[in-house]
Amino acid sequence: MTGLRKATNAMMLSLCGLSALLAVAALVAILGYTISKGLPAISFQFLTSLPQPVGETGGGVGNAIVGTLLLVGLACVFGIPLGLLAGIYVAEFARPKVAFAVRFTADVLFGVPSIVTGLFVYGLVVIKMQGYSALSGGIALALIMAPIIARTAEESMKLVPTTLREAGLALGIPRWRTILSIVLPGALPGVVTGIMLGTARVAGETAPLIFTAFGSRLGYQGLDEPVAALPLQIYRYAISPYRDWQQQAWAAAVLLVMGGLVVSVVVRVLTRRRLH
Amino acid sequence: MLGHVKDSSAKRPALLARLKGRGRRGEVVFIALSALAALTLVALVLLMVYELTVTALPSLQRFGAGFIGATTWDPVNEQFGALTAIYGTLVTSFLAMVIAVPLSVGAAVFLAELAPHGVRDAASFLIELLAAVPSVIYGLWGLFVLVPLVKHPLEAFLGDYLGFLPLFQGPRFGVGMLAGGIILAIMVLPIVTATARDIIRMVPDSQKEAMLALGATRWETIWKVVLPYARSGITGAIILGLGRALGETMAVTMVIGNAPIISASLFSPAHTMASQVASEFAEATGRLYISSLIEIGLLLLGITLVVNVLARLLVWKSTGGSRTGEAV
Repeated sequence: MTGLRKATNAMMLSLCGLSALLAVAALVAILGYTISKGLPAISFQFLTSLPQPVGETGGGVGNAIVGTLLLVGLACVFGIPLGLLAGIYVAEFARPKVAFAVRFTADVLFGVPSIVTGLFVYGLVVIKMQGYSALSGGIALALIMAPIIARTAEESMKLVPTTLREAGLALGIPRWRTILSIVLPGALPGVVTGIMLGTARVAGETAPLIFTAFGSRLGYQGLDEPVAALPLQIYRYAISPYRDWQQQAWAAAVLLVMGGLVVSVVVRVLTRRRLH
Repeated sequence: MLGHVKDSSAKRPALLARLKGRGRRGEVVFIALSALAALTLVALVLLMVYELTVTALPSLQRFGAGFIGATTWDPVNEQFGALTAIYGTLVTSFLAMVIAVPLSVGAAVFLAELAPHGVRDAASFLIELLAAVPSVIYGLWGLFVLVPLVKHPLEAFLGDYLGFLPLFQGPRFGVGMLAGGIILAIMVLPIVTATARDIIRMVPDSQKEAMLALGATRWETIWKVVLPYARSGITGAIILGLGRALGETMAVTMVIGNAPIISASLFSPAHTMASQVASEFAEATGRLYISSLIEIGLLLLGITLVVNVLARLLVWKSTGGSRTGEAV
């Protein structure tokens, strides 16, 4: 009996370990394959030039890199103030019930599939502006980004001790200056982490851009014109029948993965410092 | 920190004076601005439902409630129904959960209870990294690596040995619901693992120690005490993963074959609500076609809202509202 129990124990514990190992193996398999396949195809020309028509060799994703930076930049312009202010409101001003409602909505908004956000912005912006545009893509990404920033900002501001706020108020500093000059700096690592997580997340988003930024084979044409983006380019190239394009999809994927890895490591370092 | 504030204000009275200045008006503006931002977040969810309903109106008026139950998807004759997409969504998500739930709960138990510190941190980091990989890269990998593997060893094996089940019959393409379910499982895995790990960590040590003191093995402690104690939280984590699987778009679009087919066989190509919208929207012509796709999006929004609200409530209940419920 004891033998059986011990055997069950050993077996189930190993199975748990094996599950964790499998999850890690999946990551190594996906990232390893992507990098080994895409890295050799990256060159200066690939990073800087425009896509070539089918059949012509060469060409690159220069416009998609610029487009992704532009879209992420626009998302930050709209998303960071919105998310940060909402986070501040919930952490500092809202009554408990209101705070609960906003927090809950932010979480729910975060769970909305990004493709639905894209459709929403299609109706809200694209139809009204009568055309796909970089601006609408930026707005769609901002809507995905804002709840992430709001939640992380709120969480990290709540960790700032109340005594600090009281110290500020006792000096006669108004509440809003206390928040901006004392609480926010104290919560900065957490806030920055949230912003970086949000940025990393939207930089890889594809689905909402299909109906908004749309993609383009040209360079930047203006905020009210369609614009290329790396994830969109990866998608279109991957499902194309051309070997050359598929190869470029892998190379573009490496760029996206590298960007994400850098952000993850930086976030890790930032949160480490906050915890210790 | 407190000392720092005092020091700098004592040394620099000008700073303090500046901070004190611009009193009431700044206060009002600031509170109003931040309240507006919070209100905007709430309003966005409502506006989303409204806006999608308005843009889906032509389809809503034309097909009514029958849209949900209809299996025709015929752009040429402008006959649209959502059932094929709903079916594909449910089957792939269910399959993904069947694969991912045991693995993620196992991994979560390992990370929370068994792993030594160093291993735990490293593995947690890697698994969270898995959650940060963009969907389109899963799709790329799925299309060129997973689909061939599904076609050859997996579907060949399942078809040859379990072919008597309707699940594993028919031609073997590689692309199809099986590949879709597997790629979704890989994507859901880190989310469920990270959330469940945090919930399992919340189980009080006293509970475990009592069980161990009675002579239970570690597994018995986990199975009889830890998991039951964390049950509602883990259920929340699983539903959270389900919400993600239901709405996941790019990776599924790239491996599922995108065909309006309802088949019992997992080998069959199909489409999900998200993949249908993603793959057809760019080519959709005509108001009715586009609004039908948007109505599919509206249905998807409805389903994921319900699932997410349920999940958040469960996760919140077991962590006291501290967990955002994502692999952060």
